[in-house]
Order: sequence, then structure tokens, then C-alpha cells
Amino acid sequence: MRYQLIGVNHKSAPLEVRERLAIPESRLPDTCRELTSYPGIEEGMIVSTCNRVEIITHTANGTADLRGFLHDHFKLTPEELDPHLYEFREKDAVRHVFRVASSLDSMVVGEAQILGQVKEAYATARAVGAVRGQLDQLFSRAFAVAKRVRTETAVGSSSVSIASVAVELAKKIFGSLQGKNVFIVGAGKMSELAARHLMAHGCASIFVANRTYERAIGLAQRFNGQAIKFEDLYSTCDRADIVITSTGAQHAIFRREHGEQFLARRKNRPMFFIDIAVPRDVSPEMAKLDGIFTYDIDDLQQAVTSHVADRRKEAELAEAIIAGEVERFEARLHTLDVVPTIVSLQDHLETIRQAEVDRVRGRMGQLTPEQEIAIEALTRGIINKVMHTPITTLKSAARESEAATVIDVVRRLFNLQVKEKPAEISTKKDEVETLQ
Amino acid sequence: MPLIWLRFALGCYLIGLVYAFVALTRTSDLFSRIALHAATLGMVFHFVSLVETYAADQAAWASVHNAESLLAFLSMTFFMVIYAIYKTTSPGVVVFPIVFFLTFVAAVDEQPVLLTSFVKAKGWLVAHIILIFTGYAALLLSFGASLLYLLQEKRLKSKNPSSLISFLPALEVIDQIGYRSLLLGFPFMTLGLITGSIVAMSAYGHIDFLDPKILLSLLMWAVYMLMVFTRWNSGWRGRRAAFLATFAFVAAIVAWAANYFSTIHRFAA
Repeated sequence: MRYQLIGVNHKSAPLEVRERLAIPESRLPDTCRELTSYPGIEEGMIVSTCNRVEIITHTANGTADLRGFLHDHFKLTPEELDPHLYEFREKDAVRHVFRVASSLDSMVVGEAQILGQVKEAYATARAVGAVRGQLDQLFSRAFAVAKRVRTETAVGSSSVSIASVAVELAKKIFGSLQGKNVFIVGAGKMSELAARHLMAHGCASIFVANRTYERAIGLAQRFNGQAIKFEDLYSTCDRADIVITSTGAQHAIFRREHGEQFLARRKNRPMFFIDIAVPRDVSPEMAKLDGIFTYDIDDLQQAVTSHVADRRKEAELAEAIIAGEVERFEARLHTLDVVPTIVSLQDHLETIRQAEVDRVRGRMGQLTPEQEIAIEALTRGIINKVMHTPITTLKSAARESEAATVIDVVRRLFNLQVKEKPAEISTKKDEVETLQ
Repeated sequence: MPLIWLRFALGCYLIGLVYAFVALTRTSDLFSRIALHAATLGMVFHFVSLVETYAADQAAWASVHNAESLLAFLSMTFFMVIYAIYKTTSPGVVVFPIVFFLTFVAAVDEQPVLLTSFVKAKGWLVAHIILIFTGYAALLLSFGASLLYLLQEKRLKSKNPSSLISFLPALEVIDQIGYRSLLLGFPFMTLGLITGSIVAMSAYGHIDFLDPKILLSLLMWAVYMLMVFTRWNSGWRGRRAAFLATFAFVAAIVAWAANYFSTIHRFAA
């Protein structure tokens, strides 16, 4: 296990530093190639998102100068960069990768985006051949762990974005959102996002009003909705169950008297105002009316924060899962560590057997087929008996994580040279298992 | 014998009662399932008890305790229907305590049925009892729903983030439960009053409109109609609807209590 990881994230480095390290998607393949050609690095992968830049490698002999790579690549001095870096090796690196993929290291714990980003980074690195046997194993496991964390804990549940909290609240008021109408007042990015969420949950139609009528038309078209002239706002607004407002108005545009009018026209069916404007578009007096619910940006933010706190508790459960998974992964890697030794031990003894059989056959002259078979069976039998104990010892040592010592002893005793390439190990491993 | 079954039912409803108090403070799926099963089992015992009572004497439901037992059973039936449609046990918060109380009183002892000695139209009497109590049960559910509505509205208005995970269903769902119960109960209540008049006519040959029982019953019916009308006409809900529902509920209790002052509608001679 020669994993090594270096990186910065939202906790270790300010945005200015992360910005300088960010690698655009288009340049990622080249950077991966550059990374694997760096001295001491066998395999490498780069995860670059707005909150983190991380380099995960499998090294040739346990350490590689990853800091050096970062300094060279980004033309940064150690003074500028090093205080913000974290570096993990071996087991700690595995744990970190598992935590990142499971979204436990994210700014918003449990957000689902990071897993997708890691998967993309993995696919990119794999496509250019920077990820092979070792990192492949690590990341396949990391994705499985992330899935386990997501299904076995509630870390990814409940809403964490303002838009999804708005949807949850709307559901608490209206139950199903099927057939509900949404009114967007003031075409902005945030209100568009909230509207998109609401439509995805079944809202029927959308109205858009904006001071600039053309922008209202543009946004309405995107949602197959209807643009409303700003002058007609008050006369049409009661048709909506949910109003998302985000105008730049200096004073509240929805006041108590408007609310009373709407309710009268709606026969008191409830209305939900999502006010994401600062200063607020909906007067606080509105909330005093029966059947009118207003949530401003702070209220929504507060709901988001409380969800995040709930997730923290679940994250502790997730950490326990990850700790167990790291142990299992380590044990499995140790088993893999002994495979090349077993294979070369088998090769070594087979070579000796062949040589001895050839030598004897030269002296004995012509042999009958029966004699040939008998000699083969005899010699193979001896070899297998001799190999049995060392192989069993190696395998059990692997499970008890004393692999390194035992491997060393066996290699010295038999004077073995291990030249296996990582990619070949898995096929050889299968052979070893069939031999047993 | 019916009393024993009723006491078994009471034991089951006790679990529902505990649920009602627990549900107000925290949400537990497991506990609401337990309460639901206990309530179903309780209803089975309760049903057996009612059938035995009826089999013994067709007019036996006219005694105070048996009538209370019938009302409790009908309320539970409404609760179960709501659960079947909306998959929510939250009305139990209001229904369980009232059902428990009614069953508890009914399970204390058996009372003689005296009223029926001079009633000639026994069939009409039974119809009257069932119809009027179905109306009462619907009113009870509607009252319960309006209380839950207020609770949920308060939670949503307080902007307490925990309102998102509360045990209460969505506001509009609660509203629908209340409104549908109200609508369903109205014809029963009306028919119950009509059949009551038929019973009275057959017993006395006339109806005394100045009798407190009849006056209060008509008042309750008027309030009921007002509720249905305001809801239908101007969509009253929330505080105003809860206020009206409470008023109708109190009127119903007063109309019930009027039995003790009435000269024509009583349980004791």
C-alpha cells in the first residue's frame, strides 16, 4: 500500500489559494499525464472542484515529492503554498479518499455533488492511463463505501439548499405540489432555481412578472409559463399558490392589504411567499394574516443550517462505517501483497523441478510414456508438498498484517526476485487460488 | 358480557391514549404503528361488545353508557377511514383521549334503559341514535382536525425548522380531513334530527320546540350549517374555522347535557 495524497480544501486554504490551484476540466487529462511522468509516481489522479484540489497517487517506493510537483506545476513557492497543504499516506490516504467520496469532508456534509465530481476525475485519469491497478482498487472501493454511507446513514437526507428547503416547506403547507401554481416576481438566478425545484416536484404552471417585461418573457418561455406585466401583478397574483419574489425594490411590494385582497379572491386558500429579496419584498405584516406563510432568506437559511446540524450527527455513524472499511481495504491489500511472492515461489520451484527432470531423463535414456507420467507425478507431488506450508503461512500472515516480515523471510530463504507488474497480479492471483 | 369486551377495548385504547401524548413531543413511526394495531384490536373488542348489547335489547343503545360506547366506536371508525385515505395517525392526538374517556365511562357499569319504555317506534329510535352519533363523530373529527390545523399553522408560522419533520401532515391535508368530515357529518346530523322528531311524534303526538333538548339541538344544527356554509362560501379555515368548530362542539356537548333537563328526551324516567 503505497498511496500518497496531497491537497488543499475549503478548511485548509482560503479561496485565493484554491483559485490558483484549480485545474480547468480541459487541462485535467494533460495534468494527469504530467503527474504520472513525475519521478516516483506510478499512478495518479487529480480531483479539482471549487472546494478542493487533491492529488492522489500510488508511488513506486512509498514516497514521491508531491509538493515538488505542485510547486513546479503551479509555479508557486513553498512559502505561498505549503502552509495550506495537507498530506496523507497509506492508511490515512485511504481514509481521506473514503471520507471525500462519502461527502464527509465536504463544506456541506452529505451533499451528493462531490461523489459525481470524484467519479468524473477518476474517469478522466483512467482514460489517459494514469489510473491503473492500485488506484482502480482504491476508488472502486471508495465508491462502494460512499454508497454504503448513503444507504446506511441519513447523512444525505433532508434538504440542504435554500431551493430544496423551499420545496419541503411548500410540501408542508400544500401536501402534494401537483397542480399548484408558481409566481416568480423579479427574474433572478435564485428564484429561477427555486422555481425549477418546485416544477420538478409537480407544480403545474408558472407566471413571471418583472419590471423589464422582456426578461419576464424570456424566463417564462424557459418554463413554458406565462409572462405577466408588472402593472398586473396584484390582479393576477392570487392565481398562484407559491410566490417567489426577488425584486430589487427598496420597499416591500407585498403589503398586508394585498394579502387580504389575495385571500378574499382565493377563498382563503393558503399562499406561500418565498421572499429571497434583500431588502425584503414581503412586509412582515403579511405573515400575521391567517393562511399566508412568508419565509425570507434568513428563515430559509436557518432551516438549512438546522438540517446541516442534523447531518453532523449522522456523519458520526458514517465515520464508523468508514473506519471499518479502511481496515477491510487494508487487509485485502495485504493479501494482494503476498500474491507476487507466492507466484514467484511457484515459478522458482517449477524451474528447479524441470531442470532436475531433464537432467535425469538424459541419463536414463528412452522412457516409456508410463514412466514419463510417473516421474512427472512424483516430482510435482514433492514440489506441492514442499510449497504447501510456505504458501499457507504467507496467506495467513497477510490476514494478520505481518505480511511484510514473512514475505521478506520467504524471499530471502528461496532467493526470490519479484518482478510482477501490478496489473498482472490479479490474473496471477486467480492462478494461485486455483492451484490451492 | 358486553362490559368485559368493552374493558378489553379500553385496554387497547389506553395504548392509543399514551400515543396521543407522546406524539405531541416527538415522532416515532414504530409507536404510531403499535398504536394503530392496538386501536384496531380495540375496535374488534368494541364491535363485539356493541353487537352483544344490541342483540340483548334492540333499544339498549339508548342508555347513556351504551350511547357513549357507540359514539366512541363511530369516532374510531372515522379515525380509521382517515388513516386509510391519508395514511396519518395524527388525528389520534385528539380522537384517542376522547374515545378513551367515553369508553372508560361506558365501561364502568351497565345502566338500565328506561327511556324506551314509552317509545313505540323502536326502529326509528335505533336509526336516530346511529345517525346522530355518526354526525357527532364527524363533528368530533372535524373539531380535532381544526385543532391540528392551528397547531401546524403555528409551527409553520413560527418558522421553527423542526416543523419540517413534525408528525403532522401538510396543512392542506389537515384542512381537507376537517372539511370532508364536516361535509360527511352534516347529512347524518340532519337525518338524525329528522328521525328524532319522528320518534318524538310517535311517542307524544307533537314536538315541544321549547324543550331545552330540542332548542339546543336545533342551535347545534344551525351552528353546524353555518360552519358548512362559511367554509363553502368564503373558505373559512384556520383560526376562524377552529373557533366555529369549537362552538359547534360545545353546542353538541350542551345539547347532550340537556338530556338531564329535558322532559321528553331522557335516559332516566
